[in-house]
Amino acid sequence: MTTPTKQDGGRATASAMVKAEDVHKSFGSLQVLKGIDLEVASGEVFCLIGPSGSGKSTFLRCINHLEKINAGRLYVDGDLVGYRQQGDRLHELRDHEVARKRRDIGMVFQRFNLFPHMTAVENIMEAPVQVKGMNKGAARERAAQLLERVGLADKAGSYPSQLSGGQQQRVAIARALAMDPKLMLFDEPTSALDPELVGDVLDVMRDLAETGMTMIVVTHEMGFAREVGDSLVFMDGGVVVESGRPRDVLTDPQHERTQSFLSKVL
Amino acid sequence: MSDDIDRTGGAPEDASPAKAPAAPAGQAGPQAIRAVPVRHYGRYVAAVVAIAVLVAIVYAFAQGKINWGAVPDYFFDHRILKGAGQTLLLTLLSMLIGVVGGVVLAIMRLSRNPVTSSIAWFYIWFFRGTPVLVQLFVWFNLGLVFEYINLGPIYKNYWSDFMTPFLTALLGLGLNEAAYMAEICRAGLLSVDEGQTEAAHALGMSHGKTLRRIVIPQAMRVIVPPTGNEVINMLKTTSLVSAVQYYELLRYAQDIGQTSGAPVEMLFLAAAWYLVMTSVLSIGQYYIERYYARGSSRSLPPTPWQRLRANLLSLGRPKGALG
Repeated sequence: MTTPTKQDGGRATASAMVKAEDVHKSFGSLQVLKGIDLEVASGEVFCLIGPSGSGKSTFLRCINHLEKINAGRLYVDGDLVGYRQQGDRLHELRDHEVARKRRDIGMVFQRFNLFPHMTAVENIMEAPVQVKGMNKGAARERAAQLLERVGLADKAGSYPSQLSGGQQQRVAIARALAMDPKLMLFDEPTSALDPELVGDVLDVMRDLAETGMTMIVVTHEMGFAREVGDSLVFMDGGVVVESGRPRDVLTDPQHERTQSFLSKVL
Repeated sequence: MSDDIDRTGGAPEDASPAKAPAAPAGQAGPQAIRAVPVRHYGRYVAAVVAIAVLVAIVYAFAQGKINWGAVPDYFFDHRILKGAGQTLLLTLLSMLIGVVGGVVLAIMRLSRNPVTSSIAWFYIWFFRGTPVLVQLFVWFNLGLVFEYINLGPIYKNYWSDFMTPFLTALLGLGLNEAAYMAEICRAGLLSVDEGQTEAAHALGMSHGKTLRRIVIPQAMRVIVPPTGNEVINMLKTTSLVSAVQYYELLRYAQDIGQTSGAPVEMLFLAAAWYLVMTSVLSIGQYYIERYYARGSSRSLPPTPWQRLRANLLSLGRPKGALG
């Protein structure tokens, strides 16, 4: 319902947050990405769908340099990911330079990856305190606000093992938001959840989208993609097969491969 | 909990009077099964044999010419106390070398630099592969090879003045221990899920910070129990250093044994001291493990004190304990 207005807004500020040019990635002899070209506009909710092994998660991990790309160029907010260009040569960034860039990119994992030895609030405070040098009081206050925002104000002192999967994932989202990222990456955020817990997480993501956050979401939740997404890309075999507005791609897929995939998941 | 116990404990009593008048109300719950239990005759035989053996051993020692009185007489002798102190000191310092060395070696071993990882591998191979007593003798006898120690402008001395029995013992035990601790630390670091490192990196944490704040605290859960084992082993292994002229508990006990004419009794005394010290260390280990268990299970295990209190409270209840 809010999608049309948001979309128009997204188009108006069409500066690219993420830009991929012919991105290749292989693990040993296995080619996972075989030339990805795409652009994610600032403020856009960008959904990536496709069968497992199609390279969508790998592409997502390349964006914050958890994986190194082998060829092509990848830009986040106008800067090359993982390298610095001097003249016509590329220089690898040092670890601390990579770390600095990652501050601006939040990531939410399929398996949550909360720190099990810290409570929910400590999980959220960790990066602002340790990375940004924020003082603990302010960080704790901010963490409490974020917990409230994801509907878990009463779980501040709980350890991850005391939370359900859906609650853990919402804490993980709050943890990523604590760094005030300009881009959020979601790697199948609901795939490890019981079906009845998926809704809570999607609600939080929907709220986040309404604030104008740029989000790249690898997902199997077609309903979410259709409702919240501004753009959608269908990937298979390491290439982009089809892209467009979610409604168009999901209801009227042009490519045969997309049609057969959607006929199985919808 | 107590509700459950009371219900099951009370059920037979409540049920039997109700059953006698043929259960008119018809509110009969499930009747408890009363069956003849299987008799495990083998268990009786085993118990009898075990007790017989035990009695025979106790009898033998009671018959032996042992002056039991010598044990309490010397238990708090100042030499014994000093020896126990030296044993503890040596244990702590060599474990310190072992742990610090072990962490460094483990990180070297896991590093991507082939030179450092091979050196760590070689170190572990060498020190784990040779007996610690041999290593102690080698340190002890290095004076036959080197006349001086010369660290340029920093330090220069005669080897025999430099390599005291204490340093010999410390280096021998500590460097050997580092090899074992390296493997324990490596296993701990490897046990932490890779997703943890990824999550920390994704938040912009550096390698060092990720290791310190995220990986090591979780690795500790795996590292602490075998390390506790190592401490207890180390406490006992320190008895070997009497061979390189270092005076610790066993050495003092043996000395007293020779002069007082109660050598075996003094060995018993030393054994008792080792038992006391290892027992105290085990208790400490329990609390450290409990600390690092934070978040790994839903609730922390009770401390021995809490457990004792709970047991005493439940004893107060008449039938609860019988269940």
